[in-house]
Amino acid sequence: MRSYPADYDLIVPGQLDSVLQLLHDEAGQWTPIAGGTEIMVLYGAGKLAARKLVSISLPDLSQIVEDGDSISIGGGCSFTQIRHHSGIQKHFPLLAQCAAWTGGIANQNRGTIGGNLANASPAADSPPALFAYAAELELISVRGTRRIPYEQFHLGYKKTALAPDELIRAVVLPKRFEKALRYGRKVGSRNAQAISKICVAATGSLRQGRVEEIRIGMGSVAPTPLRLLRTEKVLLGAAPNAATIAEARRVLSSESTPIDDIRSTASYRTLVAGNLLEEMLRVFAGASS
Amino acid sequence: MSVRQFSLRVNGVEHRVTAPPMARLLDVLRHDLGLTGTKEGCGEGECGSCSVMLNGELINSCLMPLAQADGATIVTIEGVCGHGRLNRVQRAFLECGGAQCGICTPGMILATLHLLDRHPCPTQDQIQEGLNGNLCRCTGYMRIFAAAEKAANSDSGAIK
Amino acid sequence: MQSERIVGKPVFRKEGLAKVLGSARYIDDISLPGMIFGATVRSAVPRGRVLSIEYGTGIPWDEFTVVTAKDIPGHNYVALISNDWPCLADGFVNHPQEPILLLGHPDRHLLPLAVAAVKIEYEELPSVHSIEESESGKPVVWGEDNILKSYSLEKGDVDAAFREPGILIVEGEYMTGAQEHLYIENNGAIAAYSELEGVTFWGSLQCPFYAHKALIAVTGLPEDKVRVIQVETGGAFGGKEDYPSMIGAHAALLAIKSGRPVKLIYDRMEDMAATTKRHPSRARHRTAVTKDGKLLAADIEFCLDGGAYSTLSSTVLSRATIHSGGAYYWPNIRVRSKAYATNTPPHGAFRGFGAPQALFATERQMDRVAKAVGLTPEEFRRRNLLRTGETTSTGQEIRQQIDLPGWMERALDYAGYYEKKARFNRQNPDSLRKKGIGFAVFLHGAGFTGSGERYLNSLVGVDATADGRIRVLVSSTEFGQGTNTILCQIAAESLGVDYDVVEMAPADTRIVPNSGPTVASRTAMVVGRLVHSAARGLKQTLIASGLLAGTYTTIELQNAARAYIARYGGLCSMSRYEAPPDVYWDDQKYYGEAYAAFAWAAYVAEVTVDLTTYSVTVDDFVALQEVGRVLNPVLATGQIEGGVAQAIGYALYEKVAWDRGLMRNNQMTNYIIPTSQDISKIRVYFEEVPFEFGAYGAKGIGELPIDGPAPAILNAIAHATGEEFNAIPLLPEDIAERLASRAPVAREMAAV
Repeated sequence: MRSYPADYDLIVPGQLDSVLQLLHDEAGQWTPIAGGTEIMVLYGAGKLAARKLVSISLPDLSQIVEDGDSISIGGGCSFTQIRHHSGIQKHFPLLAQCAAWTGGIANQNRGTIGGNLANASPAADSPPALFAYAAELELISVRGTRRIPYEQFHLGYKKTALAPDELIRAVVLPKRFEKALRYGRKVGSRNAQAISKICVAATGSLRQGRVEEIRIGMGSVAPTPLRLLRTEKVLLGAAPNAATIAEARRVLSSESTPIDDIRSTASYRTLVAGNLLEEMLRVFAGASS
Repeated sequence: MSVRQFSLRVNGVEHRVTAPPMARLLDVLRHDLGLTGTKEGCGEGECGSCSVMLNGELINSCLMPLAQADGATIVTIEGVCGHGRLNRVQRAFLECGGAQCGICTPGMILATLHLLDRHPCPTQDQIQEGLNGNLCRCTGYMRIFAAAEKAANSDSGAIK
Repeated sequence: MQSERIVGKPVFRKEGLAKVLGSARYIDDISLPGMIFGATVRSAVPRGRVLSIEYGTGIPWDEFTVVTAKDIPGHNYVALISNDWPCLADGFVNHPQEPILLLGHPDRHLLPLAVAAVKIEYEELPSVHSIEESESGKPVVWGEDNILKSYSLEKGDVDAAFREPGILIVEGEYMTGAQEHLYIENNGAIAAYSELEGVTFWGSLQCPFYAHKALIAVTGLPEDKVRVIQVETGGAFGGKEDYPSMIGAHAALLAIKSGRPVKLIYDRMEDMAATTKRHPSRARHRTAVTKDGKLLAADIEFCLDGGAYSTLSSTVLSRATIHSGGAYYWPNIRVRSKAYATNTPPHGAFRGFGAPQALFATERQMDRVAKAVGLTPEEFRRRNLLRTGETTSTGQEIRQQIDLPGWMERALDYAGYYEKKARFNRQNPDSLRKKGIGFAVFLHGAGFTGSGERYLNSLVGVDATADGRIRVLVSSTEFGQGTNTILCQIAAESLGVDYDVVEMAPADTRIVPNSGPTVASRTAMVVGRLVHSAARGLKQTLIASGLLAGTYTTIELQNAARAYIARYGGLCSMSRYEAPPDVYWDDQKYYGEAYAAFAWAAYVAEVTVDLTTYSVTVDDFVALQEVGRVLNPVLATGQIEGGVAQAIGYALYEKVAWDRGLMRNNQMTNYIIPTSQDISKIRVYFEEVPFEFGAYGAKGIGELPIDGPAPAILNAIAHATGEEFNAIPLLPEDIAERLASRAPVAREMAAV
């Protein structure tokens, strides 16, 4: 434990309004902490730059609200809540799966989806599913709430569209994927407690043997979680065959920019990303026949 | 202002702790409350030897700041016995050889209790998943799986 | 022999209750009044001169105790084999993380900040970081030529054998990487000093008397003013054989200078970066085999990367050299081995101690030799495995009745090997998940090599206390492998009393005799046998005194012991090691009886290689071993399973990412060991050919299980993929790189 506890402050206002007011009034001074599974690791390693923290473990942020059109997942919902929610399991099974892949059991009990997204690691497990399910984020501050498509959230490596005094209020998923084909896979160094080397989630549909709709999200192949827009374009209207796969691989490696890092290599990521695409298409073709 | 007062209910006993808000719950348990059964193996939330129950959920106490645990109900390894008798999980670990060096054992027992709470008759897959945040370097996990299964099959309630 | 009441039974772990209650006290659970905390300032460069040390601002330095090399009262080395391992660097550093100075302060949390505030300037010098770089001698960083140790072993006439006509020669190069012990409890020490008591060191450790010897050298205190006490230890695997001498010396120096008890506990990042690891290795095999598959000769060149100081490299190299021949009969064999110095934290003991490295190479080589002569791996082994009466590579005759082909066959049978091999061959062409099955047959010499046990001259006691408890007095320690349990079982059995009345005396150098270090799979076999004879001696003493009849109950023996003590003041029976007869070992020629006994094994691995992700899973594992006698089936099974799991990590997961001697992935998040979801099935089977000089026939088993899985797994991967991989750890990235060049074949079936 390499930090000096008395050098840090952590306050627990307990109300969303108070937190938002604080973030606004004392802009840039307070760092929100939710489940702490990121921040406390930095703290233990003596690498936490922030000295003043404000807890955003709040009831207002930890509800999952389901209605006829959508499911709204509070930013403070834990991965345990998400994976066990029957509505999410039914309508957004890829997200339930991604939540189950995140860390281990104890960290799922504390880690939150909002914290995960705000931390903006390109290797995060849930973002691919959010792309696949056309998620929108509800952001909140003293100025009120605003909604943006998840595609607009990540601006660069660890840079998000959050204003300095804004929090992720909810992740909103539209209930229009119940009949969609789906595919998700995480490739890590082991079966649990692994930061992904590459992860993918996709929804889509085939009509008369051709790809009619497709949404693919991928992690660990770019400075941010990535929606594979160009690869999707290649696949739209195409039949899942060897030629399509070859072309999709080619376009994928042009739109993704994996790197060598402590977990894996760029060449491995590129190769496996292409393999996962291929597996996805095989799954889609098999499921729709 | 570097310290404040917090209250914790640990193993059924109310405590008032005066400490910095960012004191790790692990350190509070071990040093302020003298409950050294909870261990530090990594300080980064990977090994699970610091696992405790907080409001009924398994968490890594090395990642929990005291201020966020204020008012919580906590169970550590010292609190899993019933009336001075071994809990069925502890008994099963003894019978099956689930503990070798023993350093992962407190966390592993709590994780097993957490698992059996949610899955009273767990499948092998559920056992393996339920323990996936608790690393053991000695056993290769096999005796621990056997202990979890044995505990699930034994009568509920304390046994000795 | 099979009619024992306690030996051979699954009695509960002696200290198991405390462990499941959470009341077992490890070093960081212990506090002494007035205790302060310690921390270590370490080198940031791999090699160079220390030019200046500055104590930065923001830290109340006047409150700190600071210890440098200048403060060492005795010798500035950590005594082990040679004395080249500095306790604190004195102006020159030879590896990243080398300890330079020690800090002490009452506020535990302040210490990491203080360590970070110490600014050291270095004049960096060129360094070497691999066997190849060290071999080149550019530069020389140790001794005259970077060679920490070398051996040469030769049997028969190897050169003549290679000139035989009509033979096949198969060559191969095999590499293994460093492996971190990752005991879940980090290294830790508490030390106290007073003029009256001298130095007391409480530690998480394997070998109290090693630390005792080291502290005498560092403090300059006499033998009876140094006391070492092992406390409950949370895993060791060899990583706490030598290193505790270093951390104990550091804590002692701080205690002496500050006048306060000192607790020095490493955090995970420090422990991983700064302490010992398994030696990386490179083996080059040249094998001469006849066309009908009989091994004729081996010419083996074996190298270890020893790190910056010699520490235990000579003995690791020794074991690797002797085990390079594997479980085969070699009419001719030559092994030339070297341990090279590099500017890395010194490598050290890790379960297996050179045998996993050597046997990885040998068992991979044997599969390839089999292929070259057109035999199945199992038929090739049938023709070459050692038999009773044949001699090993050091000319040691196998006197025990062994049946390696039979045991191999049994293991293959349990694994469903033949059916699976055929089925996988049929199914693989149409699948992207290639299945394979492979195996290894191997051995592990128990106890110290050659005259090592005689040199250790172990002494063991069994005594009774005034209130009638029976105690085992050994310096052999418990760290999960079951020492306490099996030694108490042996004593209880020998004495004819209940298991519950026997306990271990504290592993305290002031209380117990030196029964040797807890290493080398010697505890059950060597120390256990001494416990057996000491216990028998105690019983004989009581009977001879007339206080005990020839047959008796536990209570009667306890009463007799109490009466004896009341009459004579004490009751203790000691037993000193005696070497088995006809044991001859030549340290110069490296020839003769290398080990008192061998344990033997055949391990079978079933794997899936997923061609989408290139990851390998071990779906089923059969571990069959002949161990003399299973003293406790639950503990023994646990030892095998644990060793196999560590070896799965060694083969497929655990890679140390080096950056010029610095471990970059020194956290549990990025040094990857298997979780509960990564280990499927490990099935354990025992054979028993009792060894007459081991306790109740037992031979050592602690290290055996980590020797065989890696080659078995890579042999299985060769079956699954048709590709020969010869280096571990074998990661998906390595498999991907090799298979990608075959991409068209692999991907063909993917066409939809």
